[in-house]
Amino acid sequence: MMMTPIYKKGGANMNNVMAIINNALDESFLDKLTGHRSLASVPFGARYRLIDFPLSNMVNSGITNVGLLLQTKYRSLMDHIGFGKAWDLDRKRNGLFILPPAHIYQANRAYKGDLQNFASNIDYIKRSNQEYVIIGSPNVVANIDYRDAFKYHIENDNDITIIYRQLEVFRRDTTYTVINTDDNDRIIDMKVNPKKNFYKKISLQRYIMKKELLLDIIDECISKGEWDFVKNAIIGNLNNLKVYGYPFRSYAAVINSINGYYKSNLELLKPNVWQDLFLKNGPIYTKPKDEAPTGYKNGVNARNILAANGCSIKGEVKNSVLFRGVKVHPGAVIKNSIIMQKSEIGENAYLENVILDKGVQITADKSLKGDTNLPMIIAKNTIV
Amino acid sequence: MPKEEMLAMLLAGGKGTRLGVLTKNIAKPAVPFGAEYRLIDFPLSNCTNSGITTVGVLTQYKPLVLNSYIGSGSSWDLDRHNGGVTVLPPYVKEGGGSWYKGTADAIYQNIEFIDIYDPEYVLILSGDHIYKMDYAEMLNYHKTKNADVSIGVLEVPWEETHRFGIMNTNEDQKIIEFQEKPENAKNNLASMGIYIFNWEYLRKYLIEEAEENDDSAGDFGHNIIPKMMADNLNFYAYTFKGYWKDVGTIESYWQAHMDLLGEKPILDLQDRNWIIYSVNPNRPPQYLSEDAEVDNSMINKGTQIMGTVKNSVLFFGVKVAQDAVVEDSVILPNTRIRSGAKIKNSIVGRNVIVEKNSKIGLETDDKKSNELKITVIGDDEVIPEASNIKAGMVVG
Repeated sequence: MMMTPIYKKGGANMNNVMAIINNALDESFLDKLTGHRSLASVPFGARYRLIDFPLSNMVNSGITNVGLLLQTKYRSLMDHIGFGKAWDLDRKRNGLFILPPAHIYQANRAYKGDLQNFASNIDYIKRSNQEYVIIGSPNVVANIDYRDAFKYHIENDNDITIIYRQLEVFRRDTTYTVINTDDNDRIIDMKVNPKKNFYKKISLQRYIMKKELLLDIIDECISKGEWDFVKNAIIGNLNNLKVYGYPFRSYAAVINSINGYYKSNLELLKPNVWQDLFLKNGPIYTKPKDEAPTGYKNGVNARNILAANGCSIKGEVKNSVLFRGVKVHPGAVIKNSIIMQKSEIGENAYLENVILDKGVQITADKSLKGDTNLPMIIAKNTIV
Repeated sequence: MPKEEMLAMLLAGGKGTRLGVLTKNIAKPAVPFGAEYRLIDFPLSNCTNSGITTVGVLTQYKPLVLNSYIGSGSSWDLDRHNGGVTVLPPYVKEGGGSWYKGTADAIYQNIEFIDIYDPEYVLILSGDHIYKMDYAEMLNYHKTKNADVSIGVLEVPWEETHRFGIMNTNEDQKIIEFQEKPENAKNNLASMGIYIFNWEYLRKYLIEEAEENDDSAGDFGHNIIPKMMADNLNFYAYTFKGYWKDVGTIESYWQAHMDLLGEKPILDLQDRNWIIYSVNPNRPPQYLSEDAEVDNSMINKGTQIMGTVKNSVLFFGVKVAQDAVVEDSVILPNTRIRSGAKIKNSIVGRNVIVEKNSKIGLETDDKKSNELKITVIGDDEVIPEASNIKAGMVVG
């Protein structure tokens, strides 16, 4: 019997692929920035939240069924995502599915690992009528067309395909899931956040496989008391299954540390990075906010910045990223900093290497300076 | 259908002839404004902010852009189970059909639509004025005065009264006389084209006018209001104190943009208590390069500034290359200004390409006149390398 080809020439048929974004991750490394929000809803790149990148990539690749696995502090994420309208995922068929951590109501409440989140929502996975699934995490900033990777997955007849990036510079101030491949891109080793003996190929944490295989692996792992998706479900199967890597060659940043977060934001100021991320493979969608355009006032000095709408800028701003509704008063100086939504910088204040979370008020004449490799973080709504 | 106390009918069929190339392909209410918006965003946002959730939009001239822009009305929170926004082009009835002859005729032809909601009051609005106004306050005033008709008015300078419909009022704000563009005005309260009518009366007068007067222009100012005045209906003037602009000409359109700039703009669009909503295109953040020089300007997302921008308003997707200079100008969406180009006192349409080292609006042939001349470039034009478009010219 002939198998129906699942992709046609000229492009993979993504109707047959669903996606799961796994938000049940350790997010403590972002310190104050994840004190009140999940990793997925951490603001990034002047007007986005981290989840906008994987979610938009999925939608732009033609995926219309996306499940969001949730674990903790997800109010701000739910507020951001809503019914998925901004990503065109408010659909009658398929669309966006919120997958809450039902296991927290079970008698034995000790959290075992993210496979528990998959297990709690196994009905959703079973019920979805797609044959394939892409599993991703929210903390990788890139603009990836999954169609190419999926095509490779089918053509190479892989069991699991992992999208990876070969790094030119290996950042010591952040952690990675690293992989080693043979000459044919078969993955022969994979390690999560190793302290030494790492590889220069890093996982971009996008895993493609058949839905049935995912269900089998979940069942297999849980029945053996294994609860970690990457370490048990993926690494545990490197020898039993045909696990291959798919190289992604454009810009990608893995957010796994404060410094990585800070540097990746400022990296967006490089035109080639900016173009890779925003002008290729379709737009990055986010929740619209109806802010008026940004006003640059008399005497402003703004250079090398990314700014969202709704800002009012009178002082000096250089090499910085400004989110929406930021006010910079006259005489204030901002350098190499990330200023989140609705923060206000008073007259003659001085900020260098600083991350201000949302709604921070810096009063007049205050001076805050972090280090290039250790930015100072000011928590949400703080008045300094 | 639940009864609505007041619904709004928004007249959006205007051609905006005096805006020239800016309205070549679109109705005047669809003209872009303020780096992000279109003119119709103002009355639609005012409606939603005033709690008016049933709005009929009367279209006629070049409606395609406007229709798709309004869509389901969700951008203004006007996608409602009951009411919401409804686009109302002229249509054919049992006895035939016709274009909207005038403002009042447009309402007359949609009596069936209004009757669905059985309102007490009908608010008539223009789709092409820029202002922030709470119509709920005007309705309160209307009720307090026990008026049959309330007309929104604003004080204009005495020397400009000849350009407006002037309301002569008594000390109680009751309108005792109406003068259309008078030579010698007795008052300086000008009509803003905003009316609240008791629907029962308006309905009656609209039907009478249509049935009895075959040659009627179907116009509020010429036909309906004079007749109502003659019948001694209670007319009251509701004075509006805020910013209001009819951007009927190229000069006023340019000036209204300059009103958005400065330390404390006369028209503040960043006011979060009265948000002007728009379709809000999804674009990346705005990027200012190391060489960018920006001063006193309003800039939208999706722009890339590598050159100099002063006293200007830039819509989304505009790119200003290195060594290009934009001064005292309005640049509409997705326009590219290549390096070395210089633009002053101009309005540049959407998707325009201004090639390298071009000059627009910098030089004038008329050396004697000090009068400000606005240069206009229409949509989709390509201005060739090193061209020199003199001040006051119109391209397109």
